[in-house]
Amino acid sequence: MNEHGTEHGGPVADQRSEGYGSTAVRLDQGHVEGTGRLPARFENPGLPPHIPRAADLDDAAAKRAEKQVATMFGVSMLGTLVFIVAYFAIPMETQVFMPGIGKANLSNVVLGVSMALGLLGIGVGAVHWAKTLMPDTEVVEERHPMRSGDDARRGFVKTLLTGGTEAQLDRRPLIKYSLGGALGLFALPMVLQVAGSLGPLPKDELSKTMWKKGDRLVRDPEHTAIKATDVTIGSVFHVLPESIKESEHILEDKAKAAVLLLRLEPDDIKVAKARDWGYEGIVAYSKICTHVGCPVGLYEQQTHHLLCPCHQSTFDVTQDCKVIFGPAKRPLPQLKITVDAEGYLVADAPFREAVGPSFWERG
Amino acid sequence: MNALAARRRHPAAIALLILVGLLVTGAAYAALAPKPAQASTTSAAQAEEGKKLFQANCSSCHGLNAEGTPDGPSLAGVGAAAVDFQVGTGRMPMAAPGVQAPRTERIKFSDEEIAAMAAYVASLAPGPAVPDEEYTSGEGGDVAKGGELFRVNCAMCHNFAGSGGALTRGKYAPPLRDIEGKHIYEAMATGPQSMPVFNDTNISPESKRDVIAFLHSIDKQENPGGLALGNMGPVSEGLFIWVFGLGIMIGFAVWLGQKSA
Repeated sequence: MNEHGTEHGGPVADQRSEGYGSTAVRLDQGHVEGTGRLPARFENPGLPPHIPRAADLDDAAAKRAEKQVATMFGVSMLGTLVFIVAYFAIPMETQVFMPGIGKANLSNVVLGVSMALGLLGIGVGAVHWAKTLMPDTEVVEERHPMRSGDDARRGFVKTLLTGGTEAQLDRRPLIKYSLGGALGLFALPMVLQVAGSLGPLPKDELSKTMWKKGDRLVRDPEHTAIKATDVTIGSVFHVLPESIKESEHILEDKAKAAVLLLRLEPDDIKVAKARDWGYEGIVAYSKICTHVGCPVGLYEQQTHHLLCPCHQSTFDVTQDCKVIFGPAKRPLPQLKITVDAEGYLVADAPFREAVGPSFWERG
Repeated sequence: MNALAARRRHPAAIALLILVGLLVTGAAYAALAPKPAQASTTSAAQAEEGKKLFQANCSSCHGLNAEGTPDGPSLAGVGAAAVDFQVGTGRMPMAAPGVQAPRTERIKFSDEEIAAMAAYVASLAPGPAVPDEEYTSGEGGDVAKGGELFRVNCAMCHNFAGSGGALTRGKYAPPLRDIEGKHIYEAMATGPQSMPVFNDTNISPESKRDVIAFLHSIDKQENPGGLALGNMGPVSEGLFIWVFGLGIMIGFAVWLGQKSA
């Protein structure tokens, strides 16, 4: 350890400070400006002192380590043997109770555990052998400079230049320019690949859905039309437009056109527009969350809240699906519905705004 | 000629013969007549008994005439199915007020008492009735179709395997493991608590049977080995791997780099 200065007064002289740009100072000296330079050479601290291992010093410890390594290899052999036997012996349907897991397929568990032990035993044994018994003295490898000699460098430049002259490149500029043109132009198909594979322009696909005036509302998997009398208070129907069958890209269209049909008491709906766009308390809202686009399916019947499962945006159906919690910033768009001559629910108009998450051109 | 034959022309002989004939006919009828069919329609007596049970156990929150109080909604129109479901799964009577009535193991009433209370509530206003055996057992249901219906209508709250999910403010959609088909049907038909109503015109009785078959098939599935972690999907499994799997790997890495003693 260093000896600090004997008396207070000037900065403390550290015996190793001669080669350094600044000297050590004490805390009560306030701000002492240093020179800010680094020393020309750092003293090489050398390698840390070598600590011999127990197996290097003590023969008994080495024998113990040997036994440990052998045990691990033995565990591996045991595991492999168990695997081989279990592969044939355990029928594939047996279910056995295992603590912590419950009833599980015995064959899978035994094969897995035995294989794991078989492999781990080899690895752990090898690592332990290396750590305890294999040599661990520090070795330093010199790193030679990779720079070639000056003669070689000069020779290389000469070869390059003579090659150019002998190919008559400097005498025939037409070759030079036409080569440049050919190579340069050939880069374009590569770039075209990158830019052209970005896909077709969306045009108005983000703003429009499949819904048109007169489209019947149909139930999601069954594809059957819905009568207004089928919908009772508290119901939720998962709805698609009838024309989705004719779509060429059903999944893309479904991802925009999915709609939730709900029925509330008309008096519970507080916003007049929401009541008008519905039919006797039956309202239809887009199922696509305005945050990132997950389907907002969780309808809490008693509180009239629609919850999106992804980021928990909550929409209040009584207030025209206004966002009351969560990261969504816009309410769910409503689909104007009415009833056709036979009593089936139909869309009265397409969505008046784009459904789903925001995008740049949405405005 | 014995004593009986000597008195065969006695006036009382006719009366005695008629009496014997009546007794024999009556006994034969009692022994051999078919039992009258038990009608499933509720009788007035059942509703009366149900009313007594209701007033003793339920009226403190639901009102003396089931008209509702601030603590419990009105039961007019919920139907016998709702009572059969709520009381049959132990959810009602609720032990303490709260946002969610959980399913309990201790069902406090016998089947007859539940039927009586159901009859009483059904008598208040028309509502869904206890469903038919044909649809609630799940027999003959199309498991694949049931799975599709489940994923469209139910999986967003109850999870794709029916393992349950969270709702807002402490409410939750319970796991659907090991539930009687009848209760699954009734829950869909009545829409208990936060669950919306999936009446028979939304999901038809045959479709409900398909959903029940799907849920029962999940119950029967065998564990292929390993921790199911609640069948909740990527979140629980990711947590497990990041904490334990990665933890073990980091442990190995530290061990590998350490100098041996």
